[in-house]
Parts: sequence; C-alpha cells; structure tokens
Amino acid sequence: MELTVNGAPAELADDATVADLVAARAAGHDRVAVARNGDVVPRSSWTATRLAPGDAVEVLAPTAGG
Amino acid sequence: MKDPLAPHRSQARGGPLHGGQEDRTEGLPQDLAPALAAEEAGDPFVLGGETFTSRLLLGTGGVPSLEALEAAVRASGTQLVTVALRRVEASATSSMMQVLDRAGVRLLPNTAGCMTAREAVRTARLGREAFGTDWVKLEVIGDDRTLLPDAVELLDAAEQLVAEGFTVLAYTTDDPVLGRRLADAGCAAVMPLGSPIGSGLGIRNPHNVALLREAVEVPVVLDAGIGTASDAALAMELGCDAVLLASAVTRARDPERMALAMRQAVEGGRLAKLAGRIPRRWHAEASTSFEGLPAL
Repeated sequence: MELTVNGAPAELADDATVADLVAARAAGHDRVAVARNGDVVPRSSWTATRLAPGDAVEVLAPTAGG
Repeated sequence: MKDPLAPHRSQARGGPLHGGQEDRTEGLPQDLAPALAAEEAGDPFVLGGETFTSRLLLGTGGVPSLEALEAAVRASGTQLVTVALRRVEASATSSMMQVLDRAGVRLLPNTAGCMTAREAVRTARLGREAFGTDWVKLEVIGDDRTLLPDAVELLDAAEQLVAEGFTVLAYTTDDPVLGRRLADAGCAAVMPLGSPIGSGLGIRNPHNVALLREAVEVPVVLDAGIGTASDAALAMELGCDAVLLASAVTRARDPERMALAMRQAVEGGRLAKLAGRIPRRWHAEASTSFEGLPAL
C-alpha cells in the first residue's frame, strides 16, 4: 500500500502495522513516538494497529533542543 | 590559580560514569561548598511537586558534540534537561539519550517549533509517549524571525494540556498579565524570556521580570536570552526561582567552563537575593565611621 511517512511517499506491505514501521525506520531508538493522521498511537497499540493506504504517519525520535 | 574545572574534567572523562547528583559540592572550590550545602538544606526548589537542589535547567539545543554535552551537563549540576522530538531521520543518535540517562537527569520534552495550539498539544502528547513523562516545556512561537511566543495560542494550548493532566512549564513573554493568566490556567511554572531565543541579549526588561515574579505564586524560570553568567545572576537577583538556558552554554567557546560559570552565577544570584541587597543611594555612605577621626 502507499502512504506517507515523515512527509515522503512510502510503500509498505498491505498488512503492515505501526510496529513494523517503527522496526523498519527507528531501529536503535528506544524513545520513539508515532502519530497517525495527527493522533498519537500509544506504544501499547503499535502491534495491533494496522496502517491503511493514504495514512500520514510521523515516526519521531529524540533530538537536542532548548 | 587552581583550575576549578579540573575535578569535573576527571569525573567526566576519566572515572566511572554514574548518576551525578549524589553530591553536587564534590569537586567545587573548597570555599564554595559550605554555602552550597547551607543553601540546599534550607532552600529547595520545588517545581511541579518535585524537589530539586539545582536551579539551573539546561537545554541541549546547539550542542557541538556528545562529549561537550556530557561535560556541560556534569559541570552545570543540572537535574532537568530539555529535549525535543523530530522525524527519526533528523533525530540525534540514541547515544545522546544514553549520555543524559548516565547523567541521571530528568528529561523535559519541549514543543519547539510549534506555531499553533493544535500543533503544540499534539507535540506534547507525542513527547509524553516517547519520554514517559507528563512534564512539558510548552513553547508556541509566533514567527520564525523573532521566535517570540504567540500569547493567544500559548494560553489556549496551556489550558488544553493542563486539562489533559500535563505539568506545563510555559515559555512566555515577560508580560506580567499574561504570566498571571498562564498561572491561573494551571501552569506549574511560568517561564518568561529575557530576550529572544538564542540572542544572548540578556534581560531586556528587568522591571517586567520582577513584576511577573510578584504577579504569580508558581515558580518563575527565566528562559531564553541569557548570554553570559551575569545575566543568569541578574535573573536570580530579580527573584526568579530558576534559569533555563541552552545556547549560552552549548554555543560558548568552552561549553563545559561556561556551564560551571552558569551554575555558580545562579547560585550566587540566589544567595544574593536571599541575603538582601543594600538599597541604591544617590550619594555615598561611608562604611568607616567619622567618629574619632584624628585632626591631622
């Protein structure tokens, strides 16, 4: 399926979950947050949350900031 | 002259790394330790229901390297450090978090870059999820050039986040009326700017900061604009409860040394505030008595 991840077009398996996306994009980070169409997807729901075509997903990790 | 940084250097780079908060007088110049100990015993800093001994909050933005960050955090004695969330491709390596975890500091996610209440509320929720804390440094800016807070969006976001159970530390202008509105909305701290973020212009309106301090009961944290140690000392002398700064340390030529300077400035300013300064006078007042002055 086609969707948008961090502002760019992405192609994912039709049954991809948020957990799959995090594993692909944010390996090595242990403090990650995910927004799907603007709403937070809690970590506890990552495995159960299937992505859908056309979703806009943000996968975020810590950075330096004031 | 003894290098006051020497003990911090050996701690930061040589010996075993451990949570740095057990004894913050360790490694400080000998004559500073008793004053610090006295200050800590009777003058805790309570923020959002938590008690801190350090009144210096450190931002990580602009830090040149992980080594510099670790050294600066340690030298500053800070217990509360701000961090941000960005798209994972643009984020820091996980080593930055390891440095902060090793230092044993509490993390304070911010909403930097948000320009509307909607963005800020969503960013705060993401920060809560990522960092496992409901504390947030709420920042809603009005434009890219000045980075000044947007008062209307800020208050809206503060009200929403307080309602959602966040502990909101609100970055705001030095307007005492807006500060009171934020405190009334339930913010845990009001954090007025001294001058625009990263400008290093210091405290442009000390009178407003002092008025703001009078206007609210929650802690007031001077946030943004600090350029050098005397700015941080002035903030504390004006009655601020703490100082939050980033660029002044991270972009200094020697971040570690500046972090120690800021620590001592905040402590000195706080002690001076508690000690009570003498009134300003137009004319001199002799400190040596004229009584018994010989006729020569």
